[in-house]
Amino acid sequence: MTDTRDTQPRMGFFTDTSVCIGCKACEVACKEWNAVPGPAGSAGLNFTGDSYDNTGGLGADTWRHVAFIEQRTPPGGQENIGSTVDLGMPGMPGEHDRSEFRWLMASDVCKHCTHAACLDVCPTGALFRTEFGTVVVQEDICNGCGYCVPACPYGVIDQREDDGRVWKCTMCYDRLGAGQEPACAKACPTDSIQFGELDVLRARADERLAQLHEAGVGDARLYGRDPADGVGGNGAFFLLLDEPEVYGLPPAPVVTTRDLPAMWRRAGAAAATLLVGLAATFLGRKR
Amino acid sequence: MTDVRADATAPPDRTAVTGRRRRGRRGRGEQPMVPDASFQSYYGRPVLKKPTWEARDIAGYLFLGGLAGASSVLAAGAQLTNRPGLARGAKTGALVGISGSLFALVHDLGRPARFLYMLRMVKPTSPMSIGTWLLMAYGPAAGAAAVSEWTGVMPRAGRAAALAAGVVGPAVAAYTAPLMANTAVPAWHGGHRELPFVFVGSAAAAAGGLGMVTAPVSEAGPARRAAVLGAALEVAAAKRMARGMGLAAEPLHTGRGGSLMKAAEILTVAGAVAGGVLGRRSRTAAVLGGLASLAGSACTRFGVFHAGVQSAEDPKYTVRPQRERLRDQ
Ligand code: SF4
Repeated sequence: MTDTRDTQPRMGFFTDTSVCIGCKACEVACKEWNAVPGPAGSAGLNFTGDSYDNTGGLGADTWRHVAFIEQRTPPGGQENIGSTVDLGMPGMPGEHDRSEFRWLMASDVCKHCTHAACLDVCPTGALFRTEFGTVVVQEDICNGCGYCVPACPYGVIDQREDDGRVWKCTMCYDRLGAGQEPACAKACPTDSIQFGELDVLRARADERLAQLHEAGVGDARLYGRDPADGVGGNGAFFLLLDEPEVYGLPPAPVVTTRDLPAMWRRAGAAAATLLVGLAATFLGRKR
Repeated sequence: MTDVRADATAPPDRTAVTGRRRRGRRGRGEQPMVPDASFQSYYGRPVLKKPTWEARDIAGYLFLGGLAGASSVLAAGAQLTNRPGLARGAKTGALVGISGSLFALVHDLGRPARFLYMLRMVKPTSPMSIGTWLLMAYGPAAGAAAVSEWTGVMPRAGRAAALAAGVVGPAVAAYTAPLMANTAVPAWHGGHRELPFVFVGSAAAAAGGLGMVTAPVSEAGPARRAAVLGAALEVAAAKRMARGMGLAAEPLHTGRGGSLMKAAEILTVAGAVAGGVLGRRSRTAAVLGGLASLAGSACTRFGVFHAGVQSAEDPKYTVRPQRERLRDQ
C-alpha cells in the first residue's frame, strides 16, 4: 500500500442531534460491526429508568451512546411556538400543554480530539493517530495501565473489567481502510450521523446552523467544531439544542497536557528543593 | 414490558428530568469554599470516568515511591557524613519502598509481562512513561546500594550506587505529582502547581520518619530535621494548593479525601514535634514520632487520591468551573 499520510484528508463525524430520532440504530450497528460485548453479569439487560437511555453513557462496551432528555420546553426550542398551526389531530385533554414538552436525543461518541489527552498520556504507544486523523487504541499493545481513563476530558475511554485493557470508538478504522463509512453513520436512518472529510462537514454544519437559526431555533449551537477550543477542536463534533452539560458533555474542556510543561517545571523545582533541603539537614550540627 | 419507572404518569405530566439539580450545603463543619449554585447535568451522571486505579495500588505507589526517593538522599548524606546506622536504615527503606511501589504498579497492570510494554518508548507527554524510565535508573541503584550494605559485597560500587540513587531519588519523589495532575480529574489537575511541593514535603517527612525509627538518636539528627522540614513544606504547600483551586478544593476538605487530608496534617505535625524535637532526647519519642510521620505521609497520598476520585464522580466539579471560565471570557 502507498503512504497516504500526506494526501489523506482528516475524516470525522458531524452528529446533527436536531434530526436524531433516538432509534439507537447506531448503538446496535457499532456493537455488531465491532463485536463489542454486552454488559457483563446482567445478561445484557439493564434498565436505568432515565427515559429511554439504558446504556447510560460511553464506556468500554458502549462506543456510541444515545442520550434522551425530557424537558418542559417548546419543541426544538422554537421561539415562535405560540403560532403553531392546529392540525386538528385527535388528542388528549390538555392537548395544548403538549407543545411545552420536548425530547432531546443525541448520539454521543469519542470526539477524536485534535489534541487528544488519552493519546498524549499513553505510556506504551497503544493509542495512536491514524492516517485519517482519528485516535485508535491498538489492543495488542495496551497494557491496561488505565492512565488514559481519567485523562480524557469527556469521560469516553474506559477499561473493560475482564481484561483490564481500554476500549473506545475507532471510527471503524477497518471500514475506513476499505473505503467504507463507519457502521453507525451507515445505519443512521436520518443522517443525524454524517461521516466525511472534516472540512466539508464543518462547512455543512455551519450551513445547517444558519438554517436552524433562521427557522427560529435559537438554541441550536455547534459543539466541538471550533479548532481554537481547549482540545483544538474535535474530529467528531455535534449540533446541540441545549447546553452541552445537559447532554452530559463538558462545556469547555481543556486537554490536560496543555499544562504539562508547567507541571514538569514545578516538579523539577520541587525535586531540587528536596535535594537541597535534605542536604542542608546534614550541615552544621554533629548529630 | 411496561413501566420501568415507578412513576408511570403520562408524558404531558411527566416531570422533565434533565438533571438540573440544586445542591444543599454539605460538609459538616467545613465551610464550602465557593457559594453553592445550581448547575446542569445529564441525570446527575459524572462527565468524567473516574480513575480505574485501586487506592491501595496507586496511593500506595505514591507513598512508597516518595519514601524511597527521599530515603536515598538521606542514605547518601549519611554515608558521606559517616552515620552508618542512619545510612543502613535509609538504604533498606529505599529498597523496600521501591520494590513495594513496583509491586503495586504490576499489581495494577494485572500481569507482570504488561510492564514490559512500558519500555516500548520514551514519551515526555506521559509522566507514566518518564516515571518508568526514572524507576529503571533508580531501582537498580537503590537495590545495589542496599544489597551491598547488608552483604558487604563490592563496597565501593555499593557506595557509588548509593550516591547515584541519592541524586535520582528526588526526581522519583517529585514526578508522581505530574503523574496525577496530568489528568482531567479536577482535584488533581487543579492543584498542579503546588502538588509537587506537597509530594516532596510528604516524601521528606516519610524518609525522616523512617530515619528516626531506624537510626540511633545520636545519628538521627538529619532525619529529625528532615521530618520537620518535610512537615513544614507539606502543610504549607497543601494549604496554598487548596487556596488556589476554587471549587475543586472542596473534595480535599469533605468526605473520605477530606478526613484523610486532616489526619495527614495532624500526624505529620505530631511526628515533626514528637520525633523532631522530643526525639532528640528520647528514643521512644523518636520512634513514635517517626511512625506518625510515616503514617501522615501515607494519609496525604491516600487523601489526594480519594479527593481526586470524589471530584471525578460528581459532575459539578467538571461543569461549574468550566461554565465560570466561559462566562469570564
Ligand atoms: S474524546 Fe477522550 S478518548 Fe476520544 S480522543 Fe479525545 S481524549 Fe481520547
